[in-house]
Amino acid sequence: MRRFSWFNATSLTFGFAFLYLPMIILVFYSFNESKLVTVWAGFSTKWYGELLRNDAFLDAAMVTLKVAVASSTIATVLGTMAAYVLVRAGRFTGRTVFSGMIYAPLVMPDVITGLSLLLLFIGVGLDRGITTIILAHTTFAMCYVSVVVSSRLVTFDRSLEEAALDLGCTPFESFRLVTLPIIAPAVISGWLLAFTLSLDDLVIASFTAGPSATTLPIKIFSAVRLGVSPEINALSTIMIAIVTVGVITASLMSKRAAVKRAEDERAAVRA
Amino acid sequence: MMRRFVLILIPYLWLFALFLVPFLIVVKISLSDVALSIPPYTPQLDLAAGWQGVKDFFSGLDFENFTFLTTDDLYWKAYLSSVKIALFSTLFTLMVGFPIAYGMAQAPDQWRPTLMMLVILPFWTSFLIRVYSWMGILANEGLLNQVLLWSGIIDTPLKIINTNTAVYIGIVYTYLPFMILPIYAALERLDGSLLEAAEDLGCSRSSAFWLVTVPLSRNGVIAGCFLVFIPALGEFVIPSLLGGSGTLMIGKVLWEEFFNNRDWPVASAVAVILLLILIIPIVLFQRNEQKQREAEG
Repeated sequence: MRRFSWFNATSLTFGFAFLYLPMIILVFYSFNESKLVTVWAGFSTKWYGELLRNDAFLDAAMVTLKVAVASSTIATVLGTMAAYVLVRAGRFTGRTVFSGMIYAPLVMPDVITGLSLLLLFIGVGLDRGITTIILAHTTFAMCYVSVVVSSRLVTFDRSLEEAALDLGCTPFESFRLVTLPIIAPAVISGWLLAFTLSLDDLVIASFTAGPSATTLPIKIFSAVRLGVSPEINALSTIMIAIVTVGVITASLMSKRAAVKRAEDERAAVRA
Repeated sequence: MMRRFVLILIPYLWLFALFLVPFLIVVKISLSDVALSIPPYTPQLDLAAGWQGVKDFFSGLDFENFTFLTTDDLYWKAYLSSVKIALFSTLFTLMVGFPIAYGMAQAPDQWRPTLMMLVILPFWTSFLIRVYSWMGILANEGLLNQVLLWSGIIDTPLKIINTNTAVYIGIVYTYLPFMILPIYAALERLDGSLLEAAEDLGCSRSSAFWLVTVPLSRNGVIAGCFLVFIPALGEFVIPSLLGGSGTLMIGKVLWEEFFNNRDWPVASAVAVILLLILIIPIVLFQRNEQKQREAEG
């Protein structure tokens, strides 16, 4: 029994206005002619031009992308392995410690994770740079991946794997040909989550980055500490646009896949 | 068997080396003394010196940094105010988030995927940018003040940025999806016939809401509150961009202790205590999740 009342309509309207207005305002002022962000002085795309000429930002963007691709890919491999261990490996010595190490980084404040990794890198004499950021991001991202993948593995019908083994597959073949295609959506969302977390991270990167490698969030943070800047508005607009297009495309694709699956099932019933 | 061993070993070793060991190092340094050397603390574990080195190492450790934390006002005030800010902002997020989740659960079926996407979309956009977007709005000559002055509601601009109010707004804004999603999940599962039964038995619509809907969404509310409270407690970005010099939050104190004062042992001690405070809500959260899983069978 659902009744969509005026109260529900109002709270949704105000709620979504609260969620989206700040970002709409940010995008709007990125096209402002004036350097003063709060005074509208006419339409202009000059801040986008300034941004493209700003080598420091472009360099930082490249470092950020490299870190995000590398760390999310390694994290997806390690996280999927960890999920497999959590769901399938049964009992082994140190299992409690293992699941603790998977779940603890999810709730650990970034400042502590960053500080502890930095102390480790200094302790073993590893020079801080792009490698150390990748190591740090991989470590916390693999925990998120393993949570996403293990929630899919729990509901996975094991008899499919057993059938593959009975029909002569090696364990690795049965994983590659049966398990992986079925858990693929979860693995892909795990990768996407890891990728976004890495793009987004300021605190852990600040601790683990050296002078040789600066990521975009570090750059943005040091720029906005001093106040609002139109260049950062332009940069934010580009990032918001990419995410919006990405999320809408992904949801349309998954909708189409669902429709296609339903059609296939209907066709299978007819046949 | 060998395969299983390798499968376990690789992620195990990775987490051991890059999560557990670093954390033990933090604990160790929190018990060390600050020193003018590189790295800036003593004692160092000198394994080359053999048993004597290990003995020297342990005899050099003490709780001095923790005693220091209790003697300096700054720290316990920062812990208290972090807990207070996290607690109140969780409450505000609940007050803003519940009506939205409720509205989503009452909405027609064909709207729901879109509404879900609208809640999740901000989560994929950069956290830093979402916090930054409020800087221009809350500034003294910012948009909010312009609108309020223009409409004649106020005569002098409100001072919001660099105060705790701005920090509350920032936390509510950035963590709102974490509150909405679990509450929505609980409300969506709610069996409508229970409400019909309540109304047939003479409940008014509003008392049916308070007596049936609210208690049955309890687990979602609790999960949402923990998902906001736990990260808010150690928050660094929001207090440093929206808060002022008067905003004391422990994440910020740790950052400054490390980067500005270069006092590694005290920064490590601050981290250890923050973690001890966090263990309480984390354990409660785990227990709530466990109960929910058992209830669902």
